[in-house]
Amino acid sequence: MGWNRKVLRVNLTAGTCTPEPLNMAWANDYLGSRGLASKYLVSEIDPKVDPLSPDNKLIMATGPLTGTMASTGGRYTVVTKGALTNAIACSNSGGFFGAEMKFAGWDMIIFEGKSPKPVYLYVENDKAELRDAAHLWGKTCWQTEEMIKTSHQDPLIRVSSIGGAGENQVLFACIVNDLHRAAGRSGVGAVMGSKNLKAVAIRGTQGVSGIKDFPAFLAAATAAKKVLADNAVTGQGLPKYGTQVLMNVINEMGALPTRNHRDVQFEEAGRISAEAMHEKRPTDGKTHLVTNAACFGCTIACGRISRIDESHFSVKNSPQYWGASGGLEYEAAWALGAANGVGDLEALQYANLLCNEHGMDPISFGATVGAAMELYDLGILSREQIGVDAKFGSAEALCQLVEMTASGEGFGKELGMGSARLCAKYGRPELSMSVKGQEFPAYDSRGIQGMGLAYATSNRGACHLRGYTVASEVLGIPVKTDPLVTDGKPELVKAFQDATGVFDSAGICIFTSFAWTLADVQPQVQAACEGDWSMDKLNDVGERIWNMERQFNLAAGLSAKDDDLPPRLKTEPAKTGPAKGLVNGLDKMKPEYYKVRGWTPDGVPEKATLERLGL
Amino acid sequence: MQKSLHIDPAKCTGCLQCEMACSYEHTGTINPSKSRIKVFDFEHEGRKVPYTCTQCADAWCMNACPVDAIVVDLATGAKVVREATCVGCKVCTIACPFGTVNYMADVGKVQKCDLCGGDPECAKACPTAAITYVDADWTGLDRMRAWAAKASTAAVAA
Repeated sequence: MGWNRKVLRVNLTAGTCTPEPLNMAWANDYLGSRGLASKYLVSEIDPKVDPLSPDNKLIMATGPLTGTMASTGGRYTVVTKGALTNAIACSNSGGFFGAEMKFAGWDMIIFEGKSPKPVYLYVENDKAELRDAAHLWGKTCWQTEEMIKTSHQDPLIRVSSIGGAGENQVLFACIVNDLHRAAGRSGVGAVMGSKNLKAVAIRGTQGVSGIKDFPAFLAAATAAKKVLADNAVTGQGLPKYGTQVLMNVINEMGALPTRNHRDVQFEEAGRISAEAMHEKRPTDGKTHLVTNAACFGCTIACGRISRIDESHFSVKNSPQYWGASGGLEYEAAWALGAANGVGDLEALQYANLLCNEHGMDPISFGATVGAAMELYDLGILSREQIGVDAKFGSAEALCQLVEMTASGEGFGKELGMGSARLCAKYGRPELSMSVKGQEFPAYDSRGIQGMGLAYATSNRGACHLRGYTVASEVLGIPVKTDPLVTDGKPELVKAFQDATGVFDSAGICIFTSFAWTLADVQPQVQAACEGDWSMDKLNDVGERIWNMERQFNLAAGLSAKDDDLPPRLKTEPAKTGPAKGLVNGLDKMKPEYYKVRGWTPDGVPEKATLERLGL
Repeated sequence: MQKSLHIDPAKCTGCLQCEMACSYEHTGTINPSKSRIKVFDFEHEGRKVPYTCTQCADAWCMNACPVDAIVVDLATGAKVVREATCVGCKVCTIACPFGTVNYMADVGKVQKCDLCGGDPECAKACPTAAITYVDADWTGLDRMRAWAAKASTAAVAA
């Protein structure tokens, strides 16, 4: 129970949609969503497969709590081999699409092969069919969603789609659902595009009936909601300020990567912060922020809905952008802003809107612009090559580059490769601020030491959502640790990585973990799912997922040398702030981490570790 | 005292907990497609609006029903569909000016908000108090209070 016990297998080459029973033995070992879909992926594809070839598969998966009254129970996950990283990819999205998949009666949809022509999958409960998408190809995510709803005469359909970025295989293309929610990272949208799959449209009216013990589940869900409501972060900070609450906090800590990580503090952070979004603009007297918004079932509601300044140069002739829309969240505001030295809030929102509209990950896009600006600053790239005066801090350049990348024009095509390939092409690979080809998010690991290890060892490349030690090192959740030291961080990183796997696999949002520990999740899983789900078992599930992902990456050709940070973070000390003079102590933490993980000094899981986890 | 559902759209985040709670109460499954309250997302305005039956005193649906399947629950004032009597003719869905009575094709009956017998699940599930269940004679109380707060009551300076 908890699960629908049904998988939809879509063979795009043959054009077939076939239901099959969910492998319940695997569900018992991997719970759902991220863990379970990853188990399917690693069991079904050659780890060495070219991510953009028909032999790669792409899985959309819900968890047992998706579509339930558990707070934040609306998540779904896209699992595939990442186009950007050549590692296992797992991108998680909120919005309403995941719950709709569950309501239609499916736990998971597995896409395999490649369609000979553009198609979209239409699912109405048990009925699933591939439909011609010739008329949708070339359309934006926003247009695609609207056109599908209109043609089916059903505004209640939920849609996940790719935009031009995914079609053109921009390596950081994402999959967008519900206009401004995205399975954002690792280039999952490029994989979808390589399969000629434009969109997935779902209408589900069957609901979730398979909860093991409904009264116990509702009691557990209600108690857990109270924990969120009573917590200062999830009950007050996130609803009021969103994730953007972090901009000034992280800047103060000297951990806000600025101008491609040359600096750790951004002098204009205040102008692009949550507080700035609440201030009235001098131009029109309105605030940037319109309201907060929730994803399906979420009682936190951290989402930002904003309205761009109509008189801003980026949109003054483009009224289609004047309405309220999603953004800015902290990661996007950082990547489009501080990472490039741009302190123009409206320009960041414009770039963010284009990322949502055309289906690009704003983190990787923004950070790649930062790398290009550094190459330009160093004279390695010329104005002629880029086509714009791409100096650090230029809002005009940012806005032009986002348009060029979305359309694949000129230098935009090169930005679409991501920073690792871009910097390598121009002979300066060390200037790409990335791990395993994926750009860093918004925390500088010189000022938050644990994050250096979390980034280096993340199975999907640099990422804050695989082990968010920021919670402990900055916010003191669940216990406060010193962000400037490496001591204890290997254990901390492992604990966060394993627990995150459980949250992701349950079908809930990792933001609940600002208030919840696994002890708050466990009663909900226990009441919803068949079988016994003790704390020990959940901890094992998390660790099992991590090691399974690791084994896939090793088999794909990655090794301990890929668990590394760019030299800048290990050799160029932070120039200002509390971390002034510090570099990241990865080389000290990494051997210890491997030991804590039960891995060899080469980062390979020991036989005993695998046996203990049943791998 | 009779009570009434009171909706303040400005407080709604669009989480749909109300739809889940409503459907669970009436169908035993978590299924927003069976909810009698719907949240509408006017995304380009940044507004979410929960909407359901206002329980009209002289109810169009009740007056239109040719088989008297819609009756008043005297305890709550709710206009309640008697499923055993409803023949699924849909006249009430045409009569209701607000669209809050809807036909369920799978069971061949109509459904509408029945105030859950006086303890509406949507209001209990709402995390932001956008949906409350208040004195039916005083649904304007909060708004009156808000305006009252703006009134100048400064005492003459001593």
